[in-house]
Amino acid sequence: MFYREAGDYKTSYSADNQTFPIRFDRYRYYVVLFVSFLVIPFIINDYWASAIFLPFLIYAIAAIGLNILVGYCGQVSLGTGGFMAVGAYACYKLMTAFPEVNIFFHVLLAGGVTAIVCVLFGLPSLRIKGFYLAVATLAAQFFLVWLFNRVPWFYNYSASGQINAPERTVFGIEVTGPNTEAWAVYLFCLVFLVGSAIIARNLTRGMTGRKWMAIRDMDIAAEIIGVNPLTAKLSAFAVSGFFIGISGALFFSVYLGAVEVGEAFGINKSFLVLFMIIIGGLGSIFGSFAGAAFLVLLPVFLKNVLVGSLGWPTDTAAHFEFLIVGALIIVFLIAEPHGLAQLWRVAKEKLRLWPFPH
Amino acid sequence: MKKTLITAVAALMAAAPAMAELTFTSLSYRTGPYAAGGIPFADGYADYFTLLNERDGGINGVPTRMIECETGYNTEKGVECYESTKGEGALVYQPLSTGITYQLIPKTTADDIPMHTMGYGRTSAANGDVFSHTFNYPANYWNGASGAVNYLLEINGGDIKGKKIALVYHNSAYGKEPIRTLEELQKKHGFELSLLPVDHPGQEQKSQWLQIRRERPDYVVMYGWGVMNQVAIQEAANIRFPMENFIGIWWSGAEHDVIPSGAKSDGYKALTFHNVGRDFPVFDDMQKYVVDAGKAAGAGDQVGNVLYNRGMYAAMLAAEAAKTAMEIHGTKDITPGMMRDGMENLEITEEKMAALGMPNFGPSFKVSCANHGGPGLIGVTQWDADTQTWSLISDFKPTDTEVIGGLIEGDSASYASENNIEAQCK
Repeated sequence: MFYREAGDYKTSYSADNQTFPIRFDRYRYYVVLFVSFLVIPFIINDYWASAIFLPFLIYAIAAIGLNILVGYCGQVSLGTGGFMAVGAYACYKLMTAFPEVNIFFHVLLAGGVTAIVCVLFGLPSLRIKGFYLAVATLAAQFFLVWLFNRVPWFYNYSASGQINAPERTVFGIEVTGPNTEAWAVYLFCLVFLVGSAIIARNLTRGMTGRKWMAIRDMDIAAEIIGVNPLTAKLSAFAVSGFFIGISGALFFSVYLGAVEVGEAFGINKSFLVLFMIIIGGLGSIFGSFAGAAFLVLLPVFLKNVLVGSLGWPTDTAAHFEFLIVGALIIVFLIAEPHGLAQLWRVAKEKLRLWPFPH
Repeated sequence: MKKTLITAVAALMAAAPAMAELTFTSLSYRTGPYAAGGIPFADGYADYFTLLNERDGGINGVPTRMIECETGYNTEKGVECYESTKGEGALVYQPLSTGITYQLIPKTTADDIPMHTMGYGRTSAANGDVFSHTFNYPANYWNGASGAVNYLLEINGGDIKGKKIALVYHNSAYGKEPIRTLEELQKKHGFELSLLPVDHPGQEQKSQWLQIRRERPDYVVMYGWGVMNQVAIQEAANIRFPMENFIGIWWSGAEHDVIPSGAKSDGYKALTFHNVGRDFPVFDDMQKYVVDAGKAAGAGDQVGNVLYNRGMYAAMLAAEAAKTAMEIHGTKDITPGMMRDGMENLEITEEKMAALGMPNFGPSFKVSCANHGGPGLIGVTQWDADTQTWSLISDFKPTDTEVIGGLIEGDSASYASENNIEAQCK
């Protein structure tokens, strides 16, 4: 009834090609932006910021990054944890080397550094693909973690090998360190997420994205029609690395504040982000959000219900959390192998016809 | 219906502050690769507060409340736990994880909540001048390293020149802590040190023990935790490394670490900063008021284990600090800030411990503004596989404070300059 194309006249090419062609969708998008920028910052508290919004926003950036590589370009990567570590350590080195520079630029530069590293580890993708590439990126994961553990320069020769985020500000407002306000860190990460999502969306629907998808669908055919696999694959690695680096930098500096590479950026992190995009939906920006939300929010929600409301012992609750999340993942993937994004697409199709399906 | 529910909740929330309670949190881990150590500690910590409630009606008559939050030894869950419990008025945090400790040091300081990292965490937090809200009495990792070396000196007649010592450590902030101390001590005493890191979680140690078999060190010192300990002891038994030359830090010396290797682990040694065994009057009360009453935390089968005792010891120190805080501030309704003052002025004497049914359970010590680290007295325990007991074979002895003091000074000074912290003690 409300959700339909009819009556929404487009008079220009760009209007016809916009991200949200349906008026209802467009307004919903504006409402979401309005709420997230102008309502949530006023009501957010420490718990909601550190336990719910920050991990969601940061993992969503990582998921967008990995989705470009795996979902759009078809290059399976198990090195996400290692690449996030690159972002985190680059950010740390920059923060301590240039304390007077705005942290915003440090995070962007950390993304840039990660993009370069990611391209380096993407080079094998020119010769190998599929499972073999996954193994090559797995090597990146282990090598990078080993490197940051092994070379004291990366952690400024601290006794324990931990890196700690010193206090840094944006326009005089603290966003790292212990004395931050919940709204400040939330907005800081939100700006990066919205920026990443808009860039990713526009890249993937433009020529670059079409090249990636051509490579994903059939690389030989893509080459025949004139897609250069070298630039297409390496640009996917670079863009993906950039976003993953940003998320790693935020993960360390804003969210955790102190990081130990083996614990925070281990192989589990690579799997977690990969599961996010598989559950959310490969090749979909919305899927990255949905997957991150699913895997970040559900455990916290379950914990609060099982321990907080039902009063279960914490260990039983923790075990049931695994059980329920695992079962839900299987249920979702059986019901919809293309992930939450596909469910959303189907829902939108149904909405178009509602309430008169015929 | 909904309305009545809301009013009921509102009434409850309004009524709650009238009943004074002392809230303690336990950021525990009963799941994951480190659960074997996390469970007994959490049980001991919880049971002691249950005992106080059941026997004495709380601390100075004020009942205690325990909030437990499962971290799984994971820093992200640790953050969630910290944020969700700090609003409940938690008086003191004891995360039992060096990684989470590093994260919470600045946060607790900013939120004015004390943190007690007993025998773990950031060693230089012993310098109270810099780390105002972090306490690590009565002993820290560097005391442990020095205690191990002192013990070796003792059994070698004061000379370990040219002896080879291998350090097998958990490749994390925790395991790396003793390296600097051992390097300093190496210069002083002339032994040879070799470092063997073991990656999380530590199930795979074949290459490390192969290296030990090749290099044949005279002694192996281990800084391990969780599943890593059992594996290391098993591997040591496999290469027939003499157990009496194998010394673990206090986190590598509990029943569950040695039992899997059976008789082969006989003679394994571990450092400690508190006493072991069940031979203390407090355990009679524990049995009567907590275990027999069915109020024990967890499965209730850990009473008297090494880590259970440590959890209980941590709870005892927290309860005594709360009493001290009540005395200083003259109120029974203490805040986390007051609790910090209580911890800073805590004095544990032999009489106090005896009155609590824990005579000679730990050292007597006094915390001060400048010294949050306690005396650092280290004893050595040894495992007897036949009787399945740990026994203290070397009494609590002082460590090399000269070397450790210098290192603490240096590390805390760099933390202070990184974070622009001014000295808090006058």
